[in-house]
Amino acid sequence: MTQVSSSTELVTEAVLRAQGVKVYYGTNLAVRDVTLDIPFNKVVAFIGPSGCGKSTILRCFNRMNDLVASARVEGKITFHGRDLYASNIDPVETRRRIGMVFQKPNPFPKSIFENIAFGARINGYKGDMNELVEDSLRRAALWDEVKDQLQESGLALSGGQQQRLCIARAIAIAPEVILMDEPCSALDPISTLKVEELIQELKQQYTIVIVTHNMQQASRVSDLTAFYNAEATEGGNKVGYLVEYDRTEVIFQNPTQQATQEYVSGRFG
Amino acid sequence: MAVDLPSANSALWQPNRKRSKRVQFIVKSIFALFAIVSIATTAGIVLTLIYETIAFFGEVSIIDYLTDTKWTPLFQSQKFGIIVLISATFLTSGIAIIVALPLGLLSAICLSEYASPEVRKVLKPILEILAGVPSVVYGYFALLFVTPLLQSLFAWFATFPVIGLAVPELEGFNALSAGIVLGIMITPLVASLSEDAIYSVPQSLRDGSYALGATKRETVTRVVLPAALSGIVSSVILAISRAIGETMTVTLAAGQNPRLGLNPFVPVMTMTAFIVQVSLGDTPAGSLAYKTIYAVGMTLFLLTLVLNLFSFWFVRRFREKYE
Repeated sequence: MTQVSSSTELVTEAVLRAQGVKVYYGTNLAVRDVTLDIPFNKVVAFIGPSGCGKSTILRCFNRMNDLVASARVEGKITFHGRDLYASNIDPVETRRRIGMVFQKPNPFPKSIFENIAFGARINGYKGDMNELVEDSLRRAALWDEVKDQLQESGLALSGGQQQRLCIARAIAIAPEVILMDEPCSALDPISTLKVEELIQELKQQYTIVIVTHNMQQASRVSDLTAFYNAEATEGGNKVGYLVEYDRTEVIFQNPTQQATQEYVSGRFG
Repeated sequence: MAVDLPSANSALWQPNRKRSKRVQFIVKSIFALFAIVSIATTAGIVLTLIYETIAFFGEVSIIDYLTDTKWTPLFQSQKFGIIVLISATFLTSGIAIIVALPLGLLSAICLSEYASPEVRKVLKPILEILAGVPSVVYGYFALLFVTPLLQSLFAWFATFPVIGLAVPELEGFNALSAGIVLGIMITPLVASLSEDAIYSVPQSLRDGSYALGATKRETVTRVVLPAALSGIVSSVILAISRAIGETMTVTLAAGQNPRLGLNPFVPVMTMTAFIVQVSLGDTPAGSLAYKTIYAVGMTLFLLTLVLNLFSFWFVRRFREKYE
């Protein structure tokens, strides 16, 4: 059995807390026994080989797994101490407070302006929409590139711009947490760099959880890193689990688990 | 253990390039032949239409054709106001689309967004079977079931005080029941094609919308439907073309009375119904009445062509390309 090490001093104030979380798809256990805290205004990276359940856990935090009919979540996830899966919690409201950026940029087939304004409108934003759009685009470091083409389709932008548009769209509805599911995996290195710089900016105001396959990226942008691994069960399914969670420099330079050591040094995965 | 593969210039390699080329040529020719047959058929139809239409306009002025308000090509005093037939076609197709648009679109949304995959797998083929019912069956369904039903409904409304006086009488042949049944007939077309369009909107867009705190309804109406718009519009236009060209239902249920106006309660004659009337009668080939059906056919063809061109343009203009 593996041990989950976790230095207590790194947990200042947990925004999100997972306790013994298991996720099933149908009858298959996909991830088991994940326990970790996501501290306030930090960047937490989830790394690990494919199929280790890092994205699955990420999607539990904003209840996106609700949309997968066969998915079932066990254990407890709290957001500011409140059970996210309690019956009185509205997943729609949860998703407004915990935003998400996806692996592939997915701007709506609407204008750049409308891409940003959409979330604000459906959430009943009563302020100045022009201001909100400009502010969101500035925060996503996209304003200067698109300010003269706000009425053009979001799909006309380059991949990197589209992803920053998606980030702008996510921050337009003032979330506290932004979940990023491999946000750079479909981007070229220069666009990736821009998004990483943006993440550095954003962590002043937001708590960020980022899933990444790119270990350099994890070491560059994150304060804390969680390493997940997968093991095969008798049935041939893979079950993911959390191996080690600590400050990023500990994970990369002095991990306590051998699997972590092997993964971060590139020996597998 | 390892067997040596023959080297590239070994005598074991003797490709018959000549034969491959010959077979290639024959196959290509056969395909070309079949392609040419279908194109030639289309061209032949259009040319015949044009030829007879020109002959028709040699005898009837095109101005009269477009402006006359009477359609009596089989009477002693011949009048050729196509607008009479167009109004009837417009009326039945209009009623049809009023029925088919909400019915088809809502079932499409229901099937693709709300139904479980199992339900969808069962319901969609059933819906498509509806499109396979022969149109003559729809015709007598309209004439012998829908019309009497509507008539008794109208009669019942007529018994009410005050509003009863405003209820018109529904004749045995009428545009209303023909239009309604035509609408039911084209609903599967709208539903099935719109469903395809809605279903093919990438899941990532729905996820993006949900992740912003949108409800299911908001996601469907504000993200999914706009993204599927071009497909939905082209399905509706295809359905309209189908309604305009549909023959049996309107011939059986709407009647044979060329009458200008948009009153849905009286018998009218659509363009297709007129063509049936003349084709079934003993009109001698080469006579003016005979040429008339070509002119009407040409008009019908142009109308649907314009619709299809519009649809083509619209889809190209508004189609969203996702990777």
